[in-house]
Parts: sequence; structure tokens; C-alpha cells
Amino acid sequence: MELKRLLVLGAMAILGGWLLSFFGRSRRTSVLLFVVGAALVGMGIAVASEGWVDYLVTPAIAAVIYAILSVGLNVQWGLTGLFNIGIAAFFAVGAFTSAMITKEMPTGLAAEYIKQLFGWGLPFPAGIVGAMVISGVIALFIGLLTLRLREDYLAIATIGIAESLRLVFQNERWLANGPQPLPGIPKPLFCLVEDPPCVWLPGFLKDWFAPLDSRDYEAILLVLLTIALLVIFVLLQQVVHSPWGRVLRAIREDEVAAAMCGKNVFSCKVQAFVLGACVMGGAGALFTASVSTIDFGLFHPMSYTFLVWVMLMAGGSGNQKGAVFGAFAIWAIWTGTTFLSDQLVPFQFKTQVFYVRYMLVGLLLIMILLFRPRGILPEEKGGGQ
Amino acid sequence: MLELIVYGIIYGSIIALGAIGVTLIYGILRFANFAHGDLMSLGAYMALFLIQVLFPMLGVPQERFGGTSFGWPLILALPLAAAGTALVAIALDQFFYRPLRVRRASPVILAMASLGAAFIVRNLIYIFWGPDKINYFPGLVRPAWQLPFEVRLRPDELIIFGVALVLVVSLYLFLQKTKLGKAMRATADNPDLARITGINTEWVRIWTWIIGAGLAAIAGILYGVNALLYPEMGWGFLLPLFAAAILGTVGNPYGALVGGLIIGIVQRFSTLWLNPAYQPAVAFLVLIVVLLVRPQGLFGGRS
Repeated sequence: MELKRLLVLGAMAILGGWLLSFFGRSRRTSVLLFVVGAALVGMGIAVASEGWVDYLVTPAIAAVIYAILSVGLNVQWGLTGLFNIGIAAFFAVGAFTSAMITKEMPTGLAAEYIKQLFGWGLPFPAGIVGAMVISGVIALFIGLLTLRLREDYLAIATIGIAESLRLVFQNERWLANGPQPLPGIPKPLFCLVEDPPCVWLPGFLKDWFAPLDSRDYEAILLVLLTIALLVIFVLLQQVVHSPWGRVLRAIREDEVAAAMCGKNVFSCKVQAFVLGACVMGGAGALFTASVSTIDFGLFHPMSYTFLVWVMLMAGGSGNQKGAVFGAFAIWAIWTGTTFLSDQLVPFQFKTQVFYVRYMLVGLLLIMILLFRPRGILPEEKGGGQ
Repeated sequence: MLELIVYGIIYGSIIALGAIGVTLIYGILRFANFAHGDLMSLGAYMALFLIQVLFPMLGVPQERFGGTSFGWPLILALPLAAAGTALVAIALDQFFYRPLRVRRASPVILAMASLGAAFIVRNLIYIFWGPDKINYFPGLVRPAWQLPFEVRLRPDELIIFGVALVLVVSLYLFLQKTKLGKAMRATADNPDLARITGINTEWVRIWTWIIGAGLAAIAGILYGVNALLYPEMGWGFLLPLFAAAILGTVGNPYGALVGGLIIGIVQRFSTLWLNPAYQPAVAFLVLIVVLLVRPQGLFGGRS
């Protein structure tokens, strides 16, 4: 089996088994379901044609990024009950920050066409850290401003910052090339698929990665993102089960009672809001690896605020597993219906179908609120475990 | 300078019509209606349907008054589109918000449902009318009058202000003089106390939607007359609407009127220094200042 298929198989089998294991009621059934899920997905990828493997990788990458966003929103809404409608903005700011930290300042002729505030050419981890910091700072500002006031003022302020940042990014050329896309963002570990491969790689691994060419980069990225999602999930799981996580849930359930117990409600809310925004910013940094250029038009609130909300609410807000499962489930439905409508709908109705799907997503959100407010995987008592 | 004030007042009166609905719904139904901007778009597009499809079919006379867009088509479209939008808002309330209310869902959940409703409405507009920018009367020349003090004004803009003024005065009379208006103000003030005194709060809620959505529809149409229609127009109004409602103290319709005019004037004035594209961001800036300095708004007694 060629290396590319092996990488995709590994990542997807782990993801598939993991998602299925969420439905286990005990540790044993979870392990069993994990094995079954991983085996099924693994066998599927093993026998799939080359074209199908390629076809699956791109949506899988998007699904993992959505899962990270959904988990980030879960910290804000699921745990603490903070209504953030500016997810796309935190995501976008993370993406632009990371892009400019990792790419060099354009030189020569390119400098005439590509304007950016700075370009440090630092390695990718620096981009992730920078993205998280800047998203966190913006969240800190909004949180300090609104979290003392009525709870829906936060929502209004997040719409405000999202729309304002959109206007700034689209009109200020010096900041990040304005309405033009910002090209040439380096991809992490891209050297693995180059010839000759990364200089730091030990000899036997060089041979191992030698057959990959630049078209196979997505397989590497999928593995990288899967690891990132698992790491974020495990770290946040620690947070959820920490005393601090319990305070957040207490605030969500009854703010006054939490305050009576001597908890600083305002400060905890701000911390939770900032933490969630950091995760979203980090997702933005990871997103830059999956595209060659970014412009603010990519970060439309329809795709990156609203869809994430539906994912979290469908999966089960308050439950990290639900957040991840919802992201994959809704994304599967979303791309599945794209595929179906491409195949079935006559050409002249193509644009209408696009909006019909968005409308149905709006309807789905309301239906979840009305009929299944706790989602597919409801929050477990005591936060699970 | 004076010209910017005049433009600001005209634009502000459109914001005010929307903000009055936001603040009434906020005060009486107790949640932030994020679909309000999209109700504005819906009203504007309903009028478009009436003006460009239905009225020509029915043979409504097309003559207009002088150099304005206003003639029978637009005058008939205003109340009809307002009624249509109000019906949609009541339907949204009955199917979506009311079940949540009965379940005593928190205001944030209702706000989230309104976000879903906003998506439904906006995408319905996309489905039926497409994403293009549309003019009510394509090809119509509308010359501006040259008034004293270097103010240029199109007759349309004067009528827009007139319509807004008439509506606000009628709303004032309605809220102050009629029994229903008084019940609405009482419910906004204290819903529990209102129920105890025998006010039918469910009826009050329906009327809140009729007034809020009707005014939103007319605001959307007036904006369309002044500029262009596009499906995201209402979403762009959301920040000015909420900034105006919060500036004028949530629940206070007269405050929303003042807030709308202030936001409108500040937005138009900002074009002296700023790229006009930043006007929604200016509304957000005003909102930040209000939240920092006086979060209870201009007319709020306590925070």
C-alpha cells in the first residue's frame, strides 16, 4: 500500500473509531466501538479507489477544522453559556495573524502587489501561538466590555467586532492586502513532500517519505490536523474536569448561586471567553495550511459562525464529544448534500439550491432548539468521566 | 456640514424606525431579535414584488409625484408590505418563539432562535430574488434640489423623512392614548405586574410583532427607495439598530428614536474623516462608548 493511502487510512480510522466510541456507555463498550469503527473505516479506505481517497481527504480536513472550532465554542457556550456570534472573526484573525507570522515580507516586484503589515518568516508553531494570542486579546477586550452587562450584549458586541474587522480587513490594503488575497503562506511540514526532503529528517525517514510528491501534501495535513484535534480535545478535557471547569458550569446554571459561593463570576466568564477564542484563533492558524491564499471573503459568517453553531447544538452543547461529533455529522450532511445537488439538480436551479441548503440549516438550528435542545450526545452529569 | 446633518437625520429616521421595533421586542418579549434587520429586507423585497410584478399586472397607475419615486405603486406597497412582514413575524413567533417561551427558555436561546429565523428569511430572499442589487424603479432620473446653505436634497429624501415622522407621531399617539398602547408600555416596564393587572400579555406580544415588523418593513422600503436592495442589506443594519436601541435605553421607543437619529448623524459625519464603508463600524464604536460610559442608555434610571 502506498504511503499516502496509509497516512489517510491511519488518520481516518482513528477519527472514525473515535467518533463511534462516543456512543459507548462504559469504557469497555467504547473501546469495542472504537475498534469496530476504526476497522470499518480502515477497510473502506484500504479498498477505495485512488480517486475516492483523494475525494475524501479535502472534506475530512475541513471537518477536523470545524471540530476544533466547535470544541472552542463549547468552552464559551457549552460550558459557560456565552453567546458568541463572531466565531468567523476570531477564526479569520487567527488565520491572518498566523499567515503573516509565518510568511516573509514580499520583496521585489511582488512587494508592489502584496501589501502586509509584517512578515516574520517564523516557523508554524510561532504562527499558532501568535494566532491564539491575538484572538485572545480581542476576546479579552470584548469580554471586559460586555460580560458585566446583560447577557445578550456580548452577542451584539461579537457581531459588531466581526463586522468591523471584516470592514477593516477588506478596506485596508496595508494590513493584509485588503480585498486582494494574501498569497504564499508557507505550509507546515511541506518539506516532507519535497525533493529533497526536510534537512532535519533522519535518514531512514527520508527514504520513507521519498515517494510523496506535492500533490500528496493533504494526506500529511490530515494527519497533522487529526493530531492537533486530539491534543486540543485532551487538553480541554482536563479543563472541563478541573475545579475551574466546574465553576464555569455553575455560572451557566445559576450565576447568582455561583457568586454566592464566592466565585468571581465576571472574571471566570472573561477567562472562558478568552480561552474559547484562543482555540478558534488556533483553528484559523491550522486552516491556513489547507489553503494557498486567504482573503477575508473566505471567512463568511454563514460558513464559519452559523454552521459551527448548528454543529455544536446538534452534537450536544456542554459535551466535548458532542461538539466533535456534531461537527463531523453536520459537515458530512453539508458536503453530502453538495455532492447530491451537484449530481441531481438541473443546472438552472444550482444557485437556488445553494440557498435552500442554508435555509434548511437555519431551520435545523431552530428545530434542535425546539425538539432536542440537548443535542445528539447530551452533556453527561458531572461533565462525564 | 449642514448637508451631512440633513443626510444623517434622513438616514437616522430609517434606523429609528427599525430600532423602535428592536427596543419594543427587547422590552416586551425580552430578547434580542437578531432577525430584525432581515425583516427590514423582507419588507423591502415584498414591496419590490408588489411594485414590479403584481401592480403592473393589476394595472395600478404608474404616475409619480414630480421628481420622486413616490406614486401609487410605492404608496400602496408601504402598508401592504408592512402587513405581509408583520404576518411573517407573527408566524415566526407562533411556530418558533412561542414554544420556547412556554418552556421558559432563557432569552439567549430565543436570541439564538431569532438568528436561525434571520437565516431562513435571508435565504428565502436569496432563493426568490437572487443576490443582485436591485432598484425599485430602474432608469428613473431623480434630480436633487439645490436648497440654501449648499444643501442638495432629492425630493425622495424629504418624503422619506415625512413618512418616518408621520409613523413616529402615530406611534406616539398609539402608545400614549390607546388602551393597547398603554398595556404595551406597562408590559415593557414589568411583565409580571402587567399580567397581574389583567393585561392579556399574549395579545400584547402579537401587537408588538405587528408594530415592530411593520415599522421594520417600512424602514427597509424607505432605505430601498434611497439606495438599492440587496439580500444582506438588513444584516448590515443590525449594528446601527442595536446601537440605537441600547443608546436610547432598551425598552424605550422614544429613546430608540433619539438613538437612531444620533447614530444616523454620527455615521454620516464620520464620512468627513473615514472611508464611508466604515459606517457600520462607526455604529459599533458608538455602541462601545455607550457600554463603557452609560450602559443603561441615555434614558435609563439605573443600570
